[in-house]
Amino acid sequence: MKVFLIRRLLQSLLVLLGVSFVVFFILHLTGDPALVLLPPDATAEDVERFRQAMGFNDPFLVQYGRFFVGALRGDFGQSVRHGEPAFNLVIERMPATFELAGAALLVALALAIPAGIVSAVRRNTLIDYVSTVVALLGQSMPTFWLGIMLILVFSVQFNLLPSSGRGGLEHLLLPAITLGLFTTARITRLTRSGMLDVLNQDYIRTARAKGVSDPPVVWKHALKNAAIPIVTIVGIELGTLLGGSVITETIFAWPGVGRLSVQAIYNRDYPVVQAAVFLLSSTFVLVNLVVDVVYTYLDPRIRLR
Amino acid sequence: MSVPADAIALPAERAAARREWVAFVRRLARRRTALFGLVVVAVVFGAAFGAPWLTAWDPTEQDITNRLKPPGSPDPSGRMHLLGTDHLGRDLLARVIFGARPALMVGFAAVAISGILGMVVGLLSGYFGGRTDDVFMRLADIQLAFPFILLAIAVIGVLGPSLPVIIVVIGVSSWVVYARVVRGSVLSLREREFVQAAQALGSGDGRILLHHILPNALTPWLVVATLDMARVIVIESALSFLGLGVQPPTPTWGGMLADGRVYISTAWWLATFPGLAILVTVLGINLFGDGLRDTLDPRLKV
Repeated sequence: MKVFLIRRLLQSLLVLLGVSFVVFFILHLTGDPALVLLPPDATAEDVERFRQAMGFNDPFLVQYGRFFVGALRGDFGQSVRHGEPAFNLVIERMPATFELAGAALLVALALAIPAGIVSAVRRNTLIDYVSTVVALLGQSMPTFWLGIMLILVFSVQFNLLPSSGRGGLEHLLLPAITLGLFTTARITRLTRSGMLDVLNQDYIRTARAKGVSDPPVVWKHALKNAAIPIVTIVGIELGTLLGGSVITETIFAWPGVGRLSVQAIYNRDYPVVQAAVFLLSSTFVLVNLVVDVVYTYLDPRIRLR
Repeated sequence: MSVPADAIALPAERAAARREWVAFVRRLARRRTALFGLVVVAVVFGAAFGAPWLTAWDPTEQDITNRLKPPGSPDPSGRMHLLGTDHLGRDLLARVIFGARPALMVGFAAVAISGILGMVVGLLSGYFGGRTDDVFMRLADIQLAFPFILLAIAVIGVLGPSLPVIIVVIGVSSWVVYARVVRGSVLSLREREFVQAAQALGSGDGRILLHHILPNALTPWLVVATLDMARVIVIESALSFLGLGVQPPTPTWGGMLADGRVYISTAWWLATFPGLAILVTVLGINLFGDGLRDTLDPRLKV
């Protein structure tokens, strides 16, 4: 167990090292980070002076080393636009993004697990077909379109819910549904197929043969075993949700990291972009580390891998 | 003096392969949802190729006096704007039809790049195992750690949005699913008798990988490629929606949606129809992909 944990931790650190390199490299994609950061009308002397000041003339690996040490200390440089440390700007907006991603995940789990179970138990009935079709539509629907349509119906037509900003529960509802839809569809399909697998197992037949009635078989015997793949996918889906927040936050003017990054890209404010990409990726790595550790308690077989 | 063994067996093998193919198409055609998906995909393809002949309107022709006309509005020239016009008076139907072009172009090209990359990584990783496998799988972990859209827009922001940049960015960063699926099949194929026989006969690694393993790993790869195409089309639209996709005046579904969002309270059709186009296309591809998977290999979990 200890060996597994240490190995898993080292793996995460290695991934973070790789992530930091990619984030560092974004600025060097064109070969000249000074030109990427400076406005297009900067003079040649300006560019050269900037290069000196930022250390862009140093060897590549030295620059990366400097970036990496900075990133560990939370120093991604100053925001070109806001004149504040990029790290602070991103961290300030993290809670809003987490709130939205968390709400989306809750919506997804609350809808998907019952829908998936009912679909599997009442297989090939009308309710199964409806839930399957809805899940399929949900997986095929672009989030940004869904968001706009929800605004059209609930904000423009019926004036029921606000279309932008962060505030109470009424502000959270539309963005959370928008962001959570794809995940809802995925988890519904996964729960359904997982439950179908489990319901065909011998131990379920045994339980039924012993005379255990339907609800306990479904909820106690089957769901517990079908839950394992769901736990894994929750970790992965959180990545989808954090990434998807870029679009959803833009549509609903939600003041989170995603919207901040999109604006930073428009403003060529790359320190903020780098900080946002690095911090969101690190969050994802951390969450998956936690999920994996929790997982080994749920399913001891994993430790043996 | 040796006669290549496969030279003799060829005709019979070919016939058997063809029979298998016919049987496969029949089985696929029996799935109504897959067939429906295929029809939808075919229609979208037809729209992309036949765009200039399908509509009387030029998708970039502006007519400010006829801006924001609702669906079904007649034009002074006697033609009809079936889906209405946008904020610059351009015919929406023509733009939706032409919008299929960048979507499919990015879809195919990006899937080709990531599919080939992933195939190569999966083959090497699964076949050689050990260090090679470790390195590639850590790279996959790093790739997966990034929120996809965010990384894509950051890179496109630096390099500038153009068709090749978009294709390469999506293609290069989507290889992981392919690699994992191919690696999985290679791991089991590696232990099969026909591979061991080839090894025993002295075939080189390259020959074994290309002639014995690759053809057998192609099936799951194809399913992943089909379903991934749907994802790529959504991403292309998302990038266009954010203004970081194929640039105007080329009509893109995502770009039209972004325009439509501004006029959401006065002109609902502007955002509705391009979105429906994306939904229907992606749904068609997903249905076809699901059918393909269920026909080829129901146990495949992708």
